[in-house]
Amino acid sequence: MLTQRAKEVDRKPMTFLESIYLWNIVKGMGITISHLFKKKATINYPEQTRTFSKVFRGLHVLNRDAEGRENCTACGLCAVACPAEAITMEGAERLPGEEHLYREEKYAAKYEINMLRCIFCGLCEEACPKDAIYLSQTFAPANYGRKGFIYKKDDLLIPHPIENKEAYEAALGDKPAKN
Amino acid sequence: MTLLVIDWWFILEKALLIGGIIGLSFFIAMYTTLAERKVAAWLQDRRGPNRAGPFGIFQPLADGGKLFFKEEIIPLASNKFLFILGPALAMITALLTSTVIPWAAPFVTQGGNVIPIQVADVDMGILLVFSIVSVGVYGIMIGGWASNNKFSLMAAIRGASQMVSYELPMGLCLIAVLFMTGSLKMSEIVANQVQNGWHIIYQPLGFIIFFVCALAECNRTPFDLPEAENELNFGYHQEYSSMKLGFYLFAEYINMFISSAVMVTLFFGGYDIPFVNEASWGLSSFWMTAISFAVIMAKISFMLFVFLWIRWTIPRFRYDQLMNLGWKKLIPLALINMIISAAVMLLLNK
Repeated sequence: MLTQRAKEVDRKPMTFLESIYLWNIVKGMGITISHLFKKKATINYPEQTRTFSKVFRGLHVLNRDAEGRENCTACGLCAVACPAEAITMEGAERLPGEEHLYREEKYAAKYEINMLRCIFCGLCEEACPKDAIYLSQTFAPANYGRKGFIYKKDDLLIPHPIENKEAYEAALGDKPAKN
Repeated sequence: MTLLVIDWWFILEKALLIGGIIGLSFFIAMYTTLAERKVAAWLQDRRGPNRAGPFGIFQPLADGGKLFFKEEIIPLASNKFLFILGPALAMITALLTSTVIPWAAPFVTQGGNVIPIQVADVDMGILLVFSIVSVGVYGIMIGGWASNNKFSLMAAIRGASQMVSYELPMGLCLIAVLFMTGSLKMSEIVANQVQNGWHIIYQPLGFIIFFVCALAECNRTPFDLPEAENELNFGYHQEYSSMKLGFYLFAEYINMFISSAVMVTLFFGGYDIPFVNEASWGLSSFWMTAISFAVIMAKISFMLFVFLWIRWTIPRFRYDQLMNLGWKKLIPLALINMIISAAVMLLLNK
């Protein structure tokens, strides 16, 4: 009774007028017809999209630094942190002459996220010491096969910040470039 | 050979009318399915189908096309002949009832021939509608029985008992209307309303009871117990697939259309234009026919909207509630309505 909203259930037998339901049905119809003029709760999805909050966790993006070098060092912390075990990676050593591609001596030669396993919890983002992975504000598109949901490195990498500046900024979204 | 002399123009005229009315029934039923989904969406703050064509106007075609391409399954354990007869019967009876409804003011040709926009103005008009509607229950019963499935059978039993019990109050309301017209002829029922005002003014209770019974006769919510998705698994059309299922679903919408037309004719003055004396306009007969047809279609559309509106407002009745309402509430009310109407008619000495 804290809210003072509790109502005792009326167990009186229905009167004749009540038992033909007519008046209550008319009242109900009044309620439904009023919804005809209300604002629609849904939107025309592919043409219109809703704006997400800044902390929305969508598809993963593998980050680059300001010079376009990949941040990831294939340390595997994200894979360890992942509760759904959706991340697979293979590390490789940076060769001389690849300094403009990878920021540190080790990089991810293979980096896959199985989007069917991923629960978009964002723990990989929290685990990453290099700020190499974050969850963007786009969400997983549909696909015809299971294989299409295993995102390879090409699908995940952010566009190059110098060569393809516009796409890079679009992919960055509301996240500020930290490095 | 004189016996075989038939007025060919008469046959042509009737053939055109029959074709036109069947086409109209199908067209309206098609777009009622779209309207159903749209109204459902609007009443639930959604948008409804809007992908197929502008505002989704090709959605019924897409739905129909889908049904045609579905695999057609006739269960091995079913009675094949009856299994096919069921949906056919449902469709035929749904279409047959439209024969006696006057769709517009009679058209007078240049030569002075009067062409009624009505397939058959038989003397027993409204009784014919009732008898055909009664046969309509066989569509459900045969389909449910032939499916050899206990859910279908139970749905068929429910449908039959429901239709039988709701035909009684419906008939009693009709009697009260017939006191006022003195004729079963549909054209005279309309003519009486054009002269003396619509029957809804004199018979409001009669109309409400008639409307409730019409909902039950069409198996519409809140009386859609024969289909009852959550207890009977879609009821009598459970074993049906492809266009045979489509026939059942479509027959329901045609039934809605026709029963709206019957209600408009009985209580809302048929093709009569309200509040004006259209005879004083001096329009040509062609325009009078066209306008009156538009008027009756507007009235029918509104009735159809009320059908949909009710469907998306109230949930399904329980079976015992349905029977209680029919036998213990509506029949006494209809009887009282009938007796009062009779007494008033007697007092007025009509």
